[in-house]
Amino acid sequence: MTTPLLDVRGLSIALPPGADRPLAVDNLTFTLNPNEILCVVGESGSGKSMTAHAMMGLLPHPHVRVSAGSLLFKGRDVLTMPEAEQRSLRGGRIAMVFQEPMTALNPLMRVGRQIGESLREHTSLPAAGRRARVVELLDQVGLPNPAELADAYPFRLSGGQRQRVMIAMALACQPDILIADEPTTALDVTTQKQILDLIRAIQAERHMGLMFITHDFGVVAEIAHRVAVMRHGKLVEYGAASDVLNRPQHPYTRQLIASVPHYIEHRADHAKSGPALLVAEKVRKVFHVGGGLFKKSKTVVAGDDLSLTIHPGETVGLVGESGSGKSTLGRSIVGLIKPDSGRILFEGTDLLSLDRKGFRPYRRAVQMVFQDPYASLNPRHTIGDIVAQGPVAFGENRAAALTRARELLAMVGLDGSAADRYPHEFSGGQRQRVGIARALAMEPKLLVADEPVSALDVSVQGQVLELLDDIRKRLGLAMLFITHDLRIAAQVCDTIAVMRRGKIVEMGTAREVFTHPRDAYTRSLLDAIPGKGWEIPADLRHGPAGPRTVEASA
Amino acid sequence: MLGFAQLFASRLVKALAILIAIVVMNFFLVHAAPGDPAMVMAGEAGAADEKFVAQLREQFGLNRPLYEQLATYVGKIAQGDLGFSYRQQRPVWSILAERLPATLILTLTAFALALAAGVALGTLAAITVGTWADSAITVVALLAYATPIYWIGLMMSLLFSIQLGWLPAFGYETIGAGYTGLAHAADVAQHLVLPVVTLALFYMAGYARLTRASMLEVRGQDFVKTAKAKGLTPTRVVTRHILRNAILPVITVAGIQAGQLVGGSILIETVFAWPGIGRLAFEAVLQRDYQVLLGIFLVTSVMVILFNILTDILYGLVDPRIQAAR
Repeated sequence: MTTPLLDVRGLSIALPPGADRPLAVDNLTFTLNPNEILCVVGESGSGKSMTAHAMMGLLPHPHVRVSAGSLLFKGRDVLTMPEAEQRSLRGGRIAMVFQEPMTALNPLMRVGRQIGESLREHTSLPAAGRRARVVELLDQVGLPNPAELADAYPFRLSGGQRQRVMIAMALACQPDILIADEPTTALDVTTQKQILDLIRAIQAERHMGLMFITHDFGVVAEIAHRVAVMRHGKLVEYGAASDVLNRPQHPYTRQLIASVPHYIEHRADHAKSGPALLVAEKVRKVFHVGGGLFKKSKTVVAGDDLSLTIHPGETVGLVGESGSGKSTLGRSIVGLIKPDSGRILFEGTDLLSLDRKGFRPYRRAVQMVFQDPYASLNPRHTIGDIVAQGPVAFGENRAAALTRARELLAMVGLDGSAADRYPHEFSGGQRQRVGIARALAMEPKLLVADEPVSALDVSVQGQVLELLDDIRKRLGLAMLFITHDLRIAAQVCDTIAVMRRGKIVEMGTAREVFTHPRDAYTRSLLDAIPGKGWEIPADLRHGPAGPRTVEASA
Repeated sequence: MLGFAQLFASRLVKALAILIAIVVMNFFLVHAAPGDPAMVMAGEAGAADEKFVAQLREQFGLNRPLYEQLATYVGKIAQGDLGFSYRQQRPVWSILAERLPATLILTLTAFALALAAGVALGTLAAITVGTWADSAITVVALLAYATPIYWIGLMMSLLFSIQLGWLPAFGYETIGAGYTGLAHAADVAQHLVLPVVTLALFYMAGYARLTRASMLEVRGQDFVKTAKAKGLTPTRVVTRHILRNAILPVITVAGIQAGQLVGGSILIETVFAWPGIGRLAFEAVLQRDYQVLLGIFLVTSVMVILFNILTDILYGLVDPRIQAAR
């Protein structure tokens, strides 16, 4: 048995007094061997990133500190090393890739120089040598025109390209250990696949130890050799990937795996009845970016020739990668954006032909649930006010509206006292429930849900999706469900429209689209879903009606 | 670099349009003020009979329609003629040219000092946040910001020139000493110290607070974590990554204030009897010397525009995203 690259023994990280728990990480023990991929899985707040930060000396000193245990790198404790020696490990022997490629690079520094900084710190290469190495690294991570790209500023690069730069930076000094903290979470599904493939290939080539932090069991199934599951700072399950994925022992692991949306499941075909509730016809929207007195603005076609139909009670999924124009269409239907041409017929009335006053009644009928539950509620208003504001604006009696608000909050699963509290007192999942109650207060006929669960943890995701499904059934609501996650779309939607670069490339029933995709792009999207080869263990699978109830974990 | 030249050219054209608008507005502003310049001039001259006033009106075109006066004024400005001060019996341009260097040397020195000291102190406070050094800097900055600028000026001259006798209390140079060359420069520099420090203290406080706040915000950003994860030394993380990003809002504010410094040094110039534009403006208002006042307006406006263009260019150099956005 070789000595492990990394040996974590009884690691505890203390949070400052007043935090929700005394220890962010509690008595954590695991090892990482050379040429091994260890996936650390957990929901937000489980302490998985804290562990990585402790290794890199990135804990927010002095509030958060390691209170017990040791972190042995090749047998030597990193925590007791002098600061200078720790620094030579950081970026030299142990490197890290972060979650947010959009913000993880210094916006004012050319990417080549940012990579070169690492070489400058850890090697004795002269400037010209560093430059050559940077170009070589950029080439290795699969970036086109590496020599030119080295002189680019980060804002010129896409998210996927920036993540490749981050990986190049981490690889600069040939580290023994690579820590990847949710490196693909912020990326589109096809980009995610490319980055995962790249990380895996580089790991295999260099026999690095890879600690991969993620919340997505699909990704785990894709790459892991071993898995560590964390909850509330404690290690709850630790073992070989095949064991944890196929024979999970701990109830929490079982619960997490059970709430993984799986694209095999899709609903029975929806029986369309009566006239269409909403018809979008050849909607086109062009945005003008920049421009000024002397310069012509650039035009970005966000949506072109977009047509779709929603029947009462039907859930239509709008699927696509970021920038595909799916939100533009959703916002056009709600009336937040005015398309340049086309028609949007709601029960036969063209919404685009109406003036502000004429449109007003339809604002009630079409309501929206937003993506970010943290940003979409006014922090200075009570929950009751937030829910009641809409009806009051439409002339309802305030007291009646507040009573109704309480009923709605109960309906979305929040207790009566919620109405008098403020948004910051609620968790993300609870806030999204408030967002749904707010939309329902207007008694809409059509709900436009723009990525309603993508900011939530996987178990909370399941609960919110279940709530939406329940409401849809009870109220007979039609829904336009916008998402980038095909697995979720498969669960929730009757009809799927796939968007790419402002166009709908394919539209059909969920069954058709998922089993017989006609368009090559749909196929590549389906192909990119992580963990395709993995079947959720039979005893944790649930019927096609939707995700099973999961006990509240937070 | 082509984009840069284009940016510069477009800013210049815009600046010209703004300048014309300012000239026209200045003209109407002065004419909206109560009081009749002909009467004042007559009073100054000591003879105030009707005939003389009418003659003055005729001589200066004050009896013409307003638009004609405006056309004459704008035409003259375009030729570089700022008019003639009847009160001082000299062309306005020569009065301004005499006063402008004194103000520029005072304000620009103070500005450079304030910026350098402010950014340095703000950085120091940010990296020692929560310690006594941070608290001390914050308190000093708050005091400097909250204390009236003339009071600081008076106290400083009381201490350093009257009590200790180290520095001259007022004026631009030692009158009648007849220094030349280096000796003259040293003399002016000595006179500069107190007004510059007084003026700089006030602005320094603002820059220090702004830098501190901005640094603390940038410090929490993801790319700083990336920089630390690369194993960079703390000094390099601060200078290359944090400070460079944190300085952006400071440049914005400094650019706005640099333009105002020229017109905003009236108090300092009064306290230290500094023969600059500020005091000239003050006197011109009291004497209703419209031509001089208009000239000062124009000069200070040009300064504001000039500093704005400089700020834009500097910002474009520091932040590559700016050029792309245009």
